[in-house]
Amino acid sequence: MKLSPMFVTGVALVVLWCVIALVAPKLATHDPYAIDFAAILQPPGAEHWFGTDNVGRDTYSRVIFGARLALYIGLLGVIAPMLIGMTVGLVAGYFGGWIDVVAMRLVDITVPFPFFVLVLSIVAVLGPGIENYFIALALVGWVGYARLARAEALVLRRAEFVLAARTMGFSSGYILLRHVLPNSLSSIVVYLMTDVTLVILFGAALGFLGMGVSPPAAEWGVMIAEGQTYISSAWWISFFPGLAMVLIGVGFALIGDGLARMLRIER
Amino acid sequence: MKTFRFIALRLAQAIPVLLGVSLITFVLMAATPGDPIRLLVGDRASPETIAMIRDRYGLDDPILFQYFTYLKNLMVGDIGVSLRYRVPVSQLIAQHYPVTLFLVLYTIVLTLPPVIVLAVWSAKRQNGMADQIIRMMGVLGLAVPVFWLALILTRLFGVKLGWFPVSGFGDTMPGHLLHLFLPALSTMIWVVPILVRTLRSALLIEMNRDYALTGMSKGLGARQVFRTHVFPNSILPTLNLFAVIVAYLLGGSVIVETVYAVPGMGKLMIDSILARDYFVVQGATLVFALTTLLVMLAVDLLSALIDPRVTL
Repeated sequence: MKLSPMFVTGVALVVLWCVIALVAPKLATHDPYAIDFAAILQPPGAEHWFGTDNVGRDTYSRVIFGARLALYIGLLGVIAPMLIGMTVGLVAGYFGGWIDVVAMRLVDITVPFPFFVLVLSIVAVLGPGIENYFIALALVGWVGYARLARAEALVLRRAEFVLAARTMGFSSGYILLRHVLPNSLSSIVVYLMTDVTLVILFGAALGFLGMGVSPPAAEWGVMIAEGQTYISSAWWISFFPGLAMVLIGVGFALIGDGLARMLRIER
Repeated sequence: MKTFRFIALRLAQAIPVLLGVSLITFVLMAATPGDPIRLLVGDRASPETIAMIRDRYGLDDPILFQYFTYLKNLMVGDIGVSLRYRVPVSQLIAQHYPVTLFLVLYTIVLTLPPVIVLAVWSAKRQNGMADQIIRMMGVLGLAVPVFWLALILTRLFGVKLGWFPVSGFGDTMPGHLLHLFLPALSTMIWVVPILVRTLRSALLIEMNRDYALTGMSKGLGARQVFRTHVFPNSILPTLNLFAVIVAYLLGGSVIVETVYAVPGMGKLMIDSILARDYFVVQGATLVFALTTLLVMLAVDLLSALIDPRVTL
């Protein structure tokens, strides 16, 4: 299998961000929370590489520390939806019958809701905060995984090696776990990469709207919101966190795109 | 007759989904912490007033009855009262909904020309430059945060160049178009790559069909085969994606309207969440879902009318 340059770029970007998040204190030139009224709204320069915000905090250091929150949100946020969705989808597709009917009707009724709107209204009920965002994701994010896993299981349950395993008397649970699951994993992983991008994006959008991570946290969405008032004079406050989001998102999206091509999965 | 049966069946299929959608919004409402009626009437309301309102929304009934009351109220368009403005939610929605609808339609109109041009261009030159560009666009479209892009566009076109107003909705038709241009542009970036990809792969499939070869072999020009046969046949898969796109655009409107202070449903929803105006949040969620559902239905019916091969 030949690795495409785009895929390699994606992996490099994601690895780079993981390293940045890990050694953030070493890379930062200032304390991301240190307020310095002597240096407010400074444009990018030698002392403050990405400038400073309205209370003199160093934008560069805040962007660096923001990588921690972004990765935390993106990588943790997809776990519950993936596990729930895969379980529901595989069981529904493999066994069929009433389980399938119930699961698919459940999927059907969430389809008309714009994803972000549903997440928002759940967060509205539960209250702002990243934990509640995770709960909202678990409640609605599983649907995409379930549809994918079900489609795979529908095909795989007629596959010869599955029939053979069944003839040999293996239990359904064993077949699902050892044969159906591993064979459906590749399309799920491709979807997972897109999902990480979206979960980071929506998490930051919540922060931006004041319903996610709360200020003064060095979270990219929060930072972009803080810079909104100053966009006409001090563009750098919002610009750099957004650029960071693009670069981390592109990383995961490129991995997904590259995997899909290498594994020949139509999207 | 066949078309009529199709429409009837499709409408019947929508009913369970409709009930499901109402169930979700009802659960959202029932899960809301605290007593919304308390918030509505204030601290000094008499017990009689509270009892009257609780009775109207059936809040003292068992939960299942509450759902039926909710459904019954839905039927007559009563989706509660805004705690903030003290007016029926339906009235607020009637004010804000047209703005969002305008924005969504406007975005779609702006989206179509670049989608068609890009898709046709890349389909005709497979595996070339166009392909790579569209791939990159897809990756970027996924990764660029809409709210950030909106801010950057504001700075660039609004503040620096002064070409477009950066907030509000305007009063006249040209005013609307001018005010909503940047909001529409911001959401477009997200949608164009998805549509291009679908239309492109549909074009590629249709171009390699036998009928295209037949057309060529009986002497039609490649251009004419493309225009009169290949292209019309490729529209359908893209049309089917439209409901998804509308859902995307509605979700995006929530963010974009907030950034550009456009008085639409998205802004109404965000403001209501921040003000804990629960009935409005639930009403807005319901309207968003109903809109998508209607578009899904319309698309299905339309594709059945266009293409006789489509069946349930």
